[in-house]
Amino acid sequence: MSQLVNGRRSAVIARVAMATAVIIAFGLGAVPGFAQTGSPPHQPNATQQPLDYWSMLFVFALATFIGLGVVRRVSRLLHTPLMSLTNAISAIAVVGSIVVTGADYPPTIRLLGGIALFASVTNIVSGFLITDRMLRMFKKQ
Amino acid sequence: MIYAITHLAYFAAMILFIFSLHWMNDPKTARRAVYAGAGAMLVAILATWFQPQIIHHGWIILAIVLGTIVGIPLSRVPLTAVPQRTALSHAFGGVAAGLVGTAKYFLWLGEGPENLTPFRMIAIIAEIILGFLTFTGSLMAAGKLQEVRWIPQRPVTFPFQNIVNIGLLVVAAGLGTLLVFMPAEPWSGAVFLVIVALSLLFGVLFIIPIGGADMPTVISILNSYAGLSAVAMGFVLDNKLLIIAGALDGSSGLILSIIMCKAMNRSFTNVLFGAFGKVQHAAAGGEQRVYKQETTEGAAQILEQANLVVVIPGYGMAVAQAQHRIRELYDQLTKRGITVKFAIHPVAGRMPGHMNVLLAEADIPYSALAEMDEINPDMPQCDVALVVGANDVVNPAARYDKSTPIYGMPIIDADRAKMVLAIKRSKNPGFAGIENELYFKDNTYMLFGDAKAVIGDLVKQFASSGVAVH
Repeated sequence: MSQLVNGRRSAVIARVAMATAVIIAFGLGAVPGFAQTGSPPHQPNATQQPLDYWSMLFVFALATFIGLGVVRRVSRLLHTPLMSLTNAISAIAVVGSIVVTGADYPPTIRLLGGIALFASVTNIVSGFLITDRMLRMFKKQ
Repeated sequence: MIYAITHLAYFAAMILFIFSLHWMNDPKTARRAVYAGAGAMLVAILATWFQPQIIHHGWIILAIVLGTIVGIPLSRVPLTAVPQRTALSHAFGGVAAGLVGTAKYFLWLGEGPENLTPFRMIAIIAEIILGFLTFTGSLMAAGKLQEVRWIPQRPVTFPFQNIVNIGLLVVAAGLGTLLVFMPAEPWSGAVFLVIVALSLLFGVLFIIPIGGADMPTVISILNSYAGLSAVAMGFVLDNKLLIIAGALDGSSGLILSIIMCKAMNRSFTNVLFGAFGKVQHAAAGGEQRVYKQETTEGAAQILEQANLVVVIPGYGMAVAQAQHRIRELYDQLTKRGITVKFAIHPVAGRMPGHMNVLLAEADIPYSALAEMDEINPDMPQCDVALVVGANDVVNPAARYDKSTPIYGMPIIDADRAKMVLAIKRSKNPGFAGIENELYFKDNTYMLFGDAKAVIGDLVKQFASSGVAVH
C-alpha cells in the first residue's frame, strides 16, 4: 500500500516537473512581450500584441491542466483547507491592485484599486492563517 | 534590471504555488503547502511594490493594514462558520477583480481610446461580469449560511426564474459585446456601469433559489468563478502569474464542483443553470408510519456489544456542535476494543470536506475517517451504524424510488449494517422533503434530540457504572 502511494507520488512529481518545464518554455518565449507592455509609457503596437495574447492563452490552458492534474490528487480529507488555500492563492490579484493603487493615476482610479487591495489582503491574511489552523488539526493518531 | 527581478520573483511564486497545491495531496505534507503559498505571495507582493512605477505608498500601506486587521479575526472563526467565511472570501476575490477591471477601463478610456483594444475589452468585460456576480452571489451565499435574518433561508422561486436569470446574463453579455466594438463612445461609460449593475443583480438572483443543502456545490462553483475572474484580470493586466494562480483556483473549484455534482447525482449543466435546490414535494406515502425509539441506556448497551461501529455524521452534527462529544464517545468505545470508523459523504455538511475539518478539530485521527466508496463494501460487517444528523445521504430510497428528488444519488449504505441507531433533532423529513426509509427499517432505532445532548448522555452511560470495560 505505502509502496503504491510512493510510486504514485513520484509519478505525480514527474508530471508536475514536466508540466512546469512546458510552462517555463512558454514563459520565456513570452518575455519580449512582457518587456514591451510592462514598461510604464504605454505604446500600443499592433504587430506585437496578438503574439502576446496568444502566449497568455497558452499559459491559461496549461495552468488549467496542471491545476486539474494536481488538485485531482488532493486528499478528500482536505477539501475544506484546499478551498481556503486556493482562495488565498488567487488573491495574487493583490499584485494588480498594488499597481493600480500606487501608480501615477487619477485619485478615483487609485481609490478603486485601494479597495481591491484591501479585499485581496484580507483574503491573503485570513486564507493562509485559517488554512494553517485547520491543517494543524489533522493528526494521524 | 528591476524588470528581471520582478519576473524572477513571479516565476518563483508560480512554481511555489503549484507545489503548494501538490503538497495538499497528503495531510502529512499539507502544512508545507501553506508555507510555500504564503512565501510565494510575500515574494510577489514585494517584487511588485518595488517597481519604479509605484510612487504613492500611503494608500497601499493603509489598505494592507486594514486588510490585515479584518483578515486576522476572519481566520479565527469557529470551524462551523468556515463555510460562510469561505463564501465571504470568494466575495472579496470577486470584488477585487471587478474593481480593478472597472478602474482599468476608466483609466484607459481617459488615456485615449486606442488603449481599449478588442482583446482588452473582452478581458475587461469577462472580468467585471465574473467578478461582480461572484461578489453578490457569494455575499448571498454567506448570508444564507450565517442565517442572516433578512436573507431567506428557503429557496425563493418565481415564475420564469431561469428565463429571467439567463436573460439578464445575455443582456449583460450583449452590452459587453457592444462595448468591445465601441469602447469609447460618449455613452460607453454609462453602458459599462449598466453591465456592472446587471452582474451584481444576477449574482443575487443566481443564489436566492438555492437551499442550504446545495451549498457545497454552490460554494465550489463560486470558487471556480472567483478563480476565473482572477484569470480575466491577468489578461487585462498582462500578468501571467495572475493567470496561472487564477487558473489553479478555477480548476480547483471546477474539480470540487464535479465531485459535488457526482455525489448528488446532478449533471453539471443542471447545476450551472441554477435550476436546483427547489424543494420538491414527493407524493406523501399516505399512512403515518411509526418510528421505533430507543433510550440512551439501550443504545449504550447496543453499542457496547458491537465490534465495528460506523458513525455517519451530517449537517446536524455541525449545527449541534456535537463533534467534541463524539470524540468522547469515540474514546469510550475504542477503550473497550470496539473499532470506530467515520463514514463521510462528499456532500455532508455545507461545503466540501466540512465534516473532516470538524472531526479533526475534535482530535479524531484522520485514519479513522473513511470516504463513502471506501466504507460501503464494509457496511454489511458493521454492527452498528450511528447516524448523527445525516438524512438524505443515508436514505435507501435514493437507490430505487424514481419519484424522489434524490433518486440516483450515491448514499452511504447505513441500511446494510446489522443495526442502525439514528440521532435526529425532530420528526420532520429532511431537506428534500421526503421520508427517510432507513428510519422505518426493522433494525433501526431512533434517538430523538439534539445531537450534542444525546451523545453526551451516551457518553455518561459509558463513563458511569452502567457499562463495564472489558
